[in-house]
Amino acid sequence: MSRFSGGLINRSRALSFTFDKKTYSGHPGDTLASALLANGVRLMGRSFKYHRPRGAFTAGSEEPNALVELRSGARREPNTRATVAELYDGLVATSQNRCPSLAFDAMRINDLFAPFFAAGFYYKTFMWPASFWENVYEPVIRRAAGLGSLSMEADPDAYDKGFLHCDLLVVGGGPAGLSAALTAARAGARVILADEDFRLGGRLLTETLLLDEAPAQNWIGSVEAEFASLPNLRVLPRTTVFGAYDHGIFGAVERTADHLATPGSCVRQTLWRITAKRTVLAAGALERHIPFANNDRPGIMLAGAMRAYANRWAVSAADKIAVFTNNDDGHRTALDLASKGAEIVAVVDTRPEAKPRGDYPFFPGSMVINARGTLGLVSIDISRDGGIERLACGALGVSGGWNPNVHLASHHRARPVWREDLLAFVPGDVGGPPGLRAAGASAGCTSMHAALTDGARVARETLADLGIDARSPDVPKAEDEVVTPHAFWHVPGNGRAWVDFQNDVTVKDIELAHKENMRPIEHLKRWTTLGMATDQGKTANVTALAIMASLTGKSIPETGTTMFRPPYTGVSISVLGGGDKGPHFRPRRLTPTHRWATENGAEFVQAGQWMRAQYYRRSGDAEPRATVDREAAAVRSSVGICDVTTLGKIDVQGADAGAFLERIYCNALASLAVGKVRYGLMLREDGFAYDDGTCARLANDHYVVTSTTANAGLVYRNMEFVRQCLWPDLDVQIISTSESWAQIAVAGPQSRTLLSRIVDNFDLSNEAFPFMACTELTRCSGVRSRLFRVSFSGELAYEIAVPTRYGNALMSLLIELGEDLDVTPYGTEAMGVLRIEKGHAAGAEINGQTTAQMLGLGRMVSRKKDAIGVILSRREGLAADARRLIGLLPVDTKDKLVAGAHLFAVGAQKVTEADQGWITSACHSPHLKCYIALGFLENGAHRMGEVIVAANPLEDSEVSVRVMSPHFVDPEGVRQRA
Amino acid sequence: MLIPHPLLGPRDAQEFTYLGDASLIARPDGTAAGAEEAFFEYTYLRDNPAGTHRELWFHEAGDRSWLVVTRNTLTHEILDAQLASDLALAMCPEARE
Repeated sequence: MSRFSGGLINRSRALSFTFDKKTYSGHPGDTLASALLANGVRLMGRSFKYHRPRGAFTAGSEEPNALVELRSGARREPNTRATVAELYDGLVATSQNRCPSLAFDAMRINDLFAPFFAAGFYYKTFMWPASFWENVYEPVIRRAAGLGSLSMEADPDAYDKGFLHCDLLVVGGGPAGLSAALTAARAGARVILADEDFRLGGRLLTETLLLDEAPAQNWIGSVEAEFASLPNLRVLPRTTVFGAYDHGIFGAVERTADHLATPGSCVRQTLWRITAKRTVLAAGALERHIPFANNDRPGIMLAGAMRAYANRWAVSAADKIAVFTNNDDGHRTALDLASKGAEIVAVVDTRPEAKPRGDYPFFPGSMVINARGTLGLVSIDISRDGGIERLACGALGVSGGWNPNVHLASHHRARPVWREDLLAFVPGDVGGPPGLRAAGASAGCTSMHAALTDGARVARETLADLGIDARSPDVPKAEDEVVTPHAFWHVPGNGRAWVDFQNDVTVKDIELAHKENMRPIEHLKRWTTLGMATDQGKTANVTALAIMASLTGKSIPETGTTMFRPPYTGVSISVLGGGDKGPHFRPRRLTPTHRWATENGAEFVQAGQWMRAQYYRRSGDAEPRATVDREAAAVRSSVGICDVTTLGKIDVQGADAGAFLERIYCNALASLAVGKVRYGLMLREDGFAYDDGTCARLANDHYVVTSTTANAGLVYRNMEFVRQCLWPDLDVQIISTSESWAQIAVAGPQSRTLLSRIVDNFDLSNEAFPFMACTELTRCSGVRSRLFRVSFSGELAYEIAVPTRYGNALMSLLIELGEDLDVTPYGTEAMGVLRIEKGHAAGAEINGQTTAQMLGLGRMVSRKKDAIGVILSRREGLAADARRLIGLLPVDTKDKLVAGAHLFAVGAQKVTEADQGWITSACHSPHLKCYIALGFLENGAHRMGEVIVAANPLEDSEVSVRVMSPHFVDPEGVRQRA
Repeated sequence: MLIPHPLLGPRDAQEFTYLGDASLIARPDGTAAGAEEAFFEYTYLRDNPAGTHRELWFHEAGDRSWLVVTRNTLTHEILDAQLASDLALAMCPEARE
């Protein structure tokens, strides 16, 4: 197949590409589809259900058929529309949904069984047995159906997202869009013009119509030059506005580098979030077809698309061309192709009174009733005056009229409105995306002149809303022929006539749905899958609606309407992620001592967003657990240090700070003296335990409270809620200081000795600074610090806080000064072991389903005051709950305990009814030299010493355990008070 | 969505955290008689209107104000936004005196 003359392609350069491993050549300006057609390739894909051979049906993003896998390796992208894939040198495309090859597909057998695959086939067939649904039917159906396949490799490219703001967003760069953008930009409004094509002009690029008696390219060129000079206008080519969202926010994808073999240093695509005060929808119109038997043969396409291929890309699908139309617009295709030198074998017009518009074989009052040629169109059958005539042709253009592109306008459930004069739906006035108005063909304009003037008018009126005075530019003179549509929706007959190509829905399927009373459009859609493919039925829905209307005898608007949802065309998950993957998936917070920990061989664990040192492996440690045992044992025998900065730290100040905290915590805090710390438990308003921490009083009107790492953000949010919404009259201010202070736990019998080496003139003796004391002091000759004598391990312990920037240095200093004391850095694992040994509750115990009573802290809950959660904590259901936190030791010390195991009485059946509790936390205790666990047990407070069973059905294990106090180490608390 | 912050002007809804019905401001007095019943209603019973709804939003990635936003749940149109502390203060018995 040779090219016509003309066209918007750069013939001076040849681009080499492959389709199914065969090499072809095209030019810059080509799409994959236009280049394939230029190389005589009509067959580009197989249909979804029947595996019918298919070719390009359109020349745009509404394409239902020509879906290919583009690129190779990790960049392979399935279901790419060849009609919009911009050609580049080295492009690799592969056909999909065929086996073993596109021309010979074993699954075309489905086509022979088509009578069985009627509408609702799956619903009717794969009903029973239910056990087959997931194991048999679904895998088989999934293998047989479906289109492209994923590469199963990580996407190697970079993506980005950004925010844009404008007075006016113009969606579409065709005649209406260009004149709207020009009008607005000249008036000084901030304008964004987005078009999905790589060239501005829209339909102007595909027609031979003149503007001011010159080629349309001249006008587009002058507009583009003016655009470039206007700093208040931003043109986004290759950008699809895919969805309208609340408050004038639009989602758009800019394909920054999809037209390149690899993006190089560019991002591949950018997700734009555009906030527009007003929007002009100038998305044009989409042509509809006329279903007839075997109308899906490769080589049959929309007449407008055929014209676009001839005029813009200088190609034709074949030498011999026929046109099937119900309106005058179809004749243009014949005229344009004839003028290029193609042989027009027939123009078949359904209107008996129609007149030919040129010198071509003309068939008025006729229909195309069948098409032949399995892998590509060979001939068509034309019914005229009761007779049938067969004509050889390789391509057929079909025109059934045009549908205004109402997609974005219907995103907020605004119903498009039927216009009988246009025989089409146009955007409705009620609802819809706020600030959005359609212009040009999207609004129902049918001539170039009307589109150009309508774009300017709508822009002017829209800007007037914003108080911007705009004047209409002198739009060029263009054709103004009104194309009258004609209601001819489908060719009756017995053969299968496709309505929705991508999902293989035929006129017969619609007829069957009608018989089976699936008549409302929503039922029709789901019963037949009409319009539910990736193209959302852009070329099918209105035709299907008209066919259903004729069957029911109702009007089209009575039958239903066409609504669309975002996205307009497929959006890749990669660009929605916008580059937030791998380490960028979420922010990573590093502790102040991160550098020190990295240099000293820490393994890190994610705790929320934090990276925390999990343990510090030493070469002498036999196995990972040995490291944890060693670190925990060092705390019990000498001294260990651990970064605890990640705990939430909230500074509470003001005359009413104490009164405020009285309402936050369920336990009494009013009596807390300056220089003292108290454990604090927060409840949720529903009475369940929420979070715990310490509350330190540094001055009369100054407290510092801590929360758990996991709840740091939530606790702060809730405290702000209490402060602003519940007791706004209290004189109190709060601020999160979690990142302002580095906090390091110094724990173990030698902790006092170690700390005494860094504090400036401060008496650390037990008498001067006892357990649960706190103070502000200086260390290392004047560095501001805070010291808290609190213990999570049960040992003599402190937490020292310094301004964040000193954290790393403090860590190395403590290690250096403590060398003779065998100071040991420990991580979160050892910290977990120490707290389980001591019986302190943590996240596994305070998990939102447990109460203060269950935690053994019931007596802390004040009965005298009103604080968050105390009222409902007294309600019967919670108060009567007898499950209690207990400790568990294996009877055979060699046995291992795991968290999640459930507790049963000895001999009880392992069934839910007999369940008595569960293990929340378990670890190996270096102190007891066996596994230990914490858990909740029915009536646990009164079962000390009892032997029960911890069952883990997942691993089929049962362990005999003895119930004991959760305080495995030093239950009297002597060590921490030493 | 854009939320018209009374101090900061229109802000993207992504900067906010949603809580729920603005009636949560009206916390019952825990020391009054019948408090348990009042708290049960306060904690669990909510209207879920299709239409105008007053609700609490927290400007977490902003100035940390709690706002009472009046929003149409059908259209997401935002009709009003006020500082929750202003509304709460007006409800305080001391402030009324």
